[in-house]
Order: sequence, then structure tokens, then C-alpha cells
Amino acid sequence: MPQPALLVEQLMNMPKSSSSSGTSTASSDTAGAPVRLSWAGLKRSTVFYPLVGLLMVCIVMVFASNSFLSAANIENVLRQVSINAIIAVGMTCVILTGGIDLSVGSVMALSGTLAAGLMVAGMNAVAALVVGIAIGLGFGAANGFFVAYAGMPPIIVTLATMGIARGLALIYTGGYPIDGLPEWIGFFGSGKVLGIQAPVLIMLVIYAIAWVLLERMPFGRYVYAIGGNEQATRLSGVRVARVKLIVYLLAGLTSAFASIVLTARLMSGQPNAGVGFELDAIAAVVMGGTSISGGRGSIIGTLIGALLLGVLNNGLNMVGVNPYVQNVIKGGIILLAIYISRDRRK
Amino acid sequence: MDAILKLDRITKSFPGVKALQGINLEVARGEIHALLGENGAGKSTLMKILSGIYQPDEGTITLDGKEQQFANYHDAVAAGVGIVFQEFSLIPYLNAVENMFLGRELRNGVGMLKRAQMRRAAAEIFARLGVTIDLSVQIRELSVAQQQFVEIGKALSLNARVLILDEPTATLTPAEAEHLFTIMRDLKQQGVAMIFISHHLEEIFEVCDRITVLRDGQYVGVTDVAQTDVGRLVEMMVGRRIESSFPPKSPLRVDAKVVLDVNALQLHKDGPVNRFALREGEILGFAGLVGSGRTETALAVIGADPAHVKDIRINGAAVNLSDPADALRAGVGILPENRKTEGLITDFSIKQNVSINNLGKYRLWRLFIDQRHEARATADIMKRVGVKAPSMQTEVATLSGGNQQKVVIARWLNHHTNILIVDEPTRGIDVGAKAEIYLLMRELTARGYSIIMISSELPEVVGMCDRVAVFRQGRIEAILEGDEIDSNTVMTYATAGASRGATHEHA
Repeated sequence: MPQPALLVEQLMNMPKSSSSSGTSTASSDTAGAPVRLSWAGLKRSTVFYPLVGLLMVCIVMVFASNSFLSAANIENVLRQVSINAIIAVGMTCVILTGGIDLSVGSVMALSGTLAAGLMVAGMNAVAALVVGIAIGLGFGAANGFFVAYAGMPPIIVTLATMGIARGLALIYTGGYPIDGLPEWIGFFGSGKVLGIQAPVLIMLVIYAIAWVLLERMPFGRYVYAIGGNEQATRLSGVRVARVKLIVYLLAGLTSAFASIVLTARLMSGQPNAGVGFELDAIAAVVMGGTSISGGRGSIIGTLIGALLLGVLNNGLNMVGVNPYVQNVIKGGIILLAIYISRDRRK
Repeated sequence: MDAILKLDRITKSFPGVKALQGINLEVARGEIHALLGENGAGKSTLMKILSGIYQPDEGTITLDGKEQQFANYHDAVAAGVGIVFQEFSLIPYLNAVENMFLGRELRNGVGMLKRAQMRRAAAEIFARLGVTIDLSVQIRELSVAQQQFVEIGKALSLNARVLILDEPTATLTPAEAEHLFTIMRDLKQQGVAMIFISHHLEEIFEVCDRITVLRDGQYVGVTDVAQTDVGRLVEMMVGRRIESSFPPKSPLRVDAKVVLDVNALQLHKDGPVNRFALREGEILGFAGLVGSGRTETALAVIGADPAHVKDIRINGAAVNLSDPADALRAGVGILPENRKTEGLITDFSIKQNVSINNLGKYRLWRLFIDQRHEARATADIMKRVGVKAPSMQTEVATLSGGNQQKVVIARWLNHHTNILIVDEPTRGIDVGAKAEIYLLMRELTARGYSIIMISSELPEVVGMCDRVAVFRQGRIEAILEGDEIDSNTVMTYATAGASRGATHEHA
């Protein structure tokens, strides 16, 4: 049933027909008519500006550095992008409902150090990873409960849980990294399947699942609806609180997945890992065309946004820009990008 | 007569609507003048013109013998018009003095505030009003009545010669209202003219000198309080309008079973307890003034708002509706009052809006949305309610008001839903679309739906409803049936209550 035409429809975000030929009543509407790919449709979609931005940055980089297009460098960029991109999946769902989750970076650190610590202490490595994932879900559940059922503002709730998670990670490790993990764990960080790096593969699988969840399942429709008009969604009989709880659970879950990749890359549980990752994830989501107030955006946009940030990082490094200056340039480019693609409607 | 204010043949149009047509209003020095009319009669528009927020298309404003043209609110204030808004414009975290001088603080040579001087000036004004206000506490710690006195004081500190009081008693207790009336009479002695807007006729009889009545944006007339009574005022407000364009009512079956039985509903502790029942196939009207508790009651029934006491049966079985999702499961749907902020998801297409609460029915392998089924079913429902649009993919934001309403109604028709609550179903839509909505509602009741219709438009209430519950200050004053349903009776219960001037005694 999912035909190629519908994938195109997704690329154009929420399906909208760009052909409005005269007025006819609903009856003449052929059921399920696929939307055709058109320039006008693409231009109206939320991924248009991110895509243009990514292409522009890539073109500049190709001229600035002749090794940018080398296979090794592209692999490098994708691997660097993967962790932020994975966190940004949960963040996309949260932001689409009009919320925000600042705790993702700290939850990632706690989940990673705890899993690493348990492995070193002799627990079965798979069980340890499951505990790490449970930590992510646990924090997601706490965030979701306070936001959805207690009606507290998400920025405050997740600011608090961000502090709690980071503090617990530091308490548990005493501030030191935990080394000595089983060798095979390294597969998640640097292994390859069919020539594709494991982190990239994990990222792609998570994006594919998220796409199906957001675009092909009722849950996704509710996520967009809540961000578009929470009260209308509630009054039409959708259990809004439950949906909001689930998006925070997803944010916790993707943080935990990111922690597996990061821990495996470093072969160590780092209590100070992921500081500021929540901001990178938010940047990727917003650069990807998702409205910070919710309701509009797409998961594919977020992948583009994460790639855009990754290429920018990589490029500035390759050209040899001073890291201090890089921050300024990146901040400026984010401002410019959001300015160009900002919602001009009233 | 010594007229301080004279509005002459004021006319104002908005795109598609003639809001005011040739309105006259004359207020004498030291007079309390009531402005009376139904919701939507044009009172607010007229007051916005007088306070410079809108500019009239035609007509003149004469203040103290001088013709005035207010380009904005500040012009009006500078000329001596003071407004006490329905929703206070005070800053809750500042005290009365700071509020009174907000934006025009007295400063000394180096820009420091002259606090003592401002405080003295404020104290003088409150002394003139004869009220005691604690000048050192924040506004939010004052009672609603005291806040209103601060508003009045603020207007006087700006040398207001004409004071507009827009439903000042709506939020006051009877004792506080009495205090307000005392102050108004004092101000009157001091020569201040006042325009008093209230829906409560007894208040108008108590405090006002003359009454100007508006109806549908037209000037009906002016009368002395001493020479009129409740009946005649209601007559002036309601008029004799042609009440056609409504589909014929089908005779209500005597044995129609009760589908929704609200045995007791108390919104707040100490508030009134209401009970009503909705019978199969009928349209039960909720009439009353804006703010009389109709929408609040509806939202509490479906569980969107909390209620203190709630005892509801649907088809004879006790139900606990604590969320609109429970209401949906029990077969109750709502068309909210404000379709833009509560009804539609404006970024969504027609299809997505209609199917938002239907997705459970279009499943593919249990997990996914069956988009073909969704599209087919949506096309069917759109045809049933007669949504006119280029395609079901059209964004609802681009539709006309009438079509938007139909989209929200369509949302409920693909369910086992058989009870609909429609809140102001025809607000802001044109005449033709109104007739279509009326017809649709009648068709639905013929097919076994039961409808509660909240409406502020009297002709609509009279023309559509099989029975009418009239709300006043949160209480159902009367439930009218058959021939009892006429504009005058409804208006009398809504404004004066069951105790006063009611011609129809109801058990």
C-alpha cells in the first residue's frame, strides 16, 4: 500500500494538493488521489529551505576543500552526525506537539554511564543496555507525567530533570569515566554492516521507524494535531495527555539509543558526555524546518537539519577555522537560516 | 438640555457587515445614560468609536459643543472620554498609584519618580470617590470591586468628563454593585456624565436617567427611565423580526426517550445546581446572555472542564465523563464556540480535520492509517454535510466560515455519536450558510441525533429549538417549551430572571 507517490507526498510534509482547479464538491474528489511531486509543492513544504541550505553549504565546501567529497570524509561526517541526529528524532516529536525537552543530553550521559558501570561490575552486557534504555524511558515518563498530567511547562520540567540526570551520572561515577567495557560493544560505535557504519545504520533505522510513526500511524497525526491546536484536538476526543506522555517517552528512548552509540564509540561511560547536546538537537530540528511552536515540520527535515549542522562543523574544521570562531559562524548561520525560512504568515 | 456628548448619525461598516447605521446618542451633563441592546446590537462597536479605537464611516462626535475626530484611543482620552473596560486594563503586580500614573509618571528634574506627589494625587481622587483603597498593596490583592474603583479613579485622574462603564456589575456581588451605584450617583452630582452598559434591567431602572436602545446596528430610540417598564424595553430590544428561513420544526414526540439526563451539575462549590434532560431527536436551546454559564455548562458536561458535582446518565446508564475522549466514547460530540481556536486545526486539510477522531476506524494491519479508506469515508461525510471545497486536501484555513463549521460537524458523523452540542453554530457566517447549517441540524435530528444548541441569537433560538433552557448568572431560570418560546419571554428570563416581570410562570 505505501506507494512511491506517497513518499513524495511526505516529502512535502503534510499532504496538500497544489492543484486547485476550479470549485467542485467533495464528491468529484477521487479517493486517495496521490499528490504529484511539483516544484510548487516542494517550495511550500517545510523541507524546502533546509534542503537548499544543505546543498548550498555542500557546494561551498566542495570548492573550499578538495577532500570534502572523499568517501572517508563523507563517512566521517555521517558518523559524527549520527548521535545528534538520533537524539533529534525524539526532540522532533516533542517539538511538534509544542513542547521542548532539555534533559536529553543529561539523560544520555546517565543512561550511558549506568550501562557501562553495570557491565564493568559484571552484569550481562545486554541486560546492562536494557537498564540504560529503561533509564531513558524512566526519565521520559517523568517528564511526560509532569508536562501532560500535572500541566507544568515543559521547559521547567525538563530543566529540572536535566539537572537531576546529570547529577545522578556524576554521583554514580564519582566524576570519572568508566572504562573496560566488553570488546563487542564497540560494534555499535565502529562496526560495519554491508559496508555501512553501525551508527549510521542505527540512525537510518530509527529515522525510518519515526517516519512511519509520524506519517503513517494515528499517533503521528495526533502529534501534528496537538501542535497545531491542542484545544481543538482535545475537544474532538483525542486523549491529548496520553500522546504527550508518549512523545517524552520517545525523547528518553532516543537519548538512550544515542548513549549506546556514544558509549560504544568511546568504549567508556562518560558522566560529562552530552553537555549541550539538547541545544544541538533543538538546532537540528528547527534548522530542519520544524516550527518551534509545533504543528508544522517533518522528521526528514530534522535529518536534513542534522546533516546541515554536521557538514558545517566538518567543513569549518577542514578549512581550519579557529574553533572559537566556528561557534560564532555557526550561531550566525542558524540565525540566518531561521530568518530566511521563518513563518511569514500572520 | 445641557448635552455634553452628542453622537449624530454614526455609521460604521466592516467588510461584509454594516455594524452601525445612523446611531444617535445624546448624554447630558451629570446624566447616567444606559445603552441597551442584545449581544451583537452594536453597543461595543459604538463605544469603540467613542473611545477612538474605531473611526466612524459617517456621522459626528460632539463633545462639550466641539466636534471631535479621534484618530486613536489617546485622542479620546485627551478629549475627556474615560473608559472602564469589561476586562480591566490594570497591571496586577503594580499598586493603585503606579497603575493610575502608568505611562505618565510625574518626574523630577533628574528623572526620578515623584512618588509622594503621585500618592497624594491618587489619595485625593479616591477621597473624591469616597472609597478607601490601600495604596501600598498590589492591585491583585484588591477585590474586584476595588479594582473597578481604581479604574474609575484612573479615568477621573485623566479629567474624564464622559465615563463609559462597560458592564461594570458583571463581576460584582450585589453589595459591591450597590457601592458602585452610590459612587456613580456622587459623580453625577459632580457633573460627570456616564454611559452605563448592562444587561440587567433592574440595575438600569435603579441608577439610570435615560436609555438608548440599539438593535442589529440600528438606532431604535431613547426613553426616560420613568416612562418605561421591562416589557417595553424588551420589546424595543427584540423588535418584531421576521423569523423565517428556519426549516419547520418536526412535532416533538411525547414519548421520546431521554438520551442525556443531567441530573445535577454544579460547576463550582456554592454555585447553582442545574438539571436538564435532552430527548431523542430534539434541539434543546441554551439561551442567555454572554457569560451566563451556557458554554461552561457544556464544557463541564463533556469533561473538558472540571465540575464540582456532576451526575449524568446517557441512555439511562450512569457515565463518568472526565475527558472529551470519554464523551466521544459515550456518543457526545461538540462544535466549540470559537471554531478557529477550539474547533479547527488550521494547518490541517479538510480530510485530516474530519478524520482526526476517526482514525481508529481506518486501520491497515491494525497499526497504520488506511489512507484509501480514510479518503473514501471523508468524501462520503463531506457530501453528507455539503462541504464545498476544491478537494478534501484543501487547507481548512482557506474555507469560508460556513464550510469550516460543516467540517467540524462532519468530524462527529462517522461515529456512533448521537448527541451533539453546538455552541454558537452560526456565529460569523453569512445568511445563506446559516440556512444550510439550520437545515443540516434538522436533518440530523430527523435521523435520530439529539442536539443542544447554545446561541445568543434570539431568532435562531426561537426558530430552531424544540425546548429552550434560559440561563442567567449560571442558573437555568426556566425551561420553555412550545408556544412559550418567544423572544420576549426568553429575553425577560435572561435579563430579569424568573422573579421579575415574567409573564410565563413555569414549574
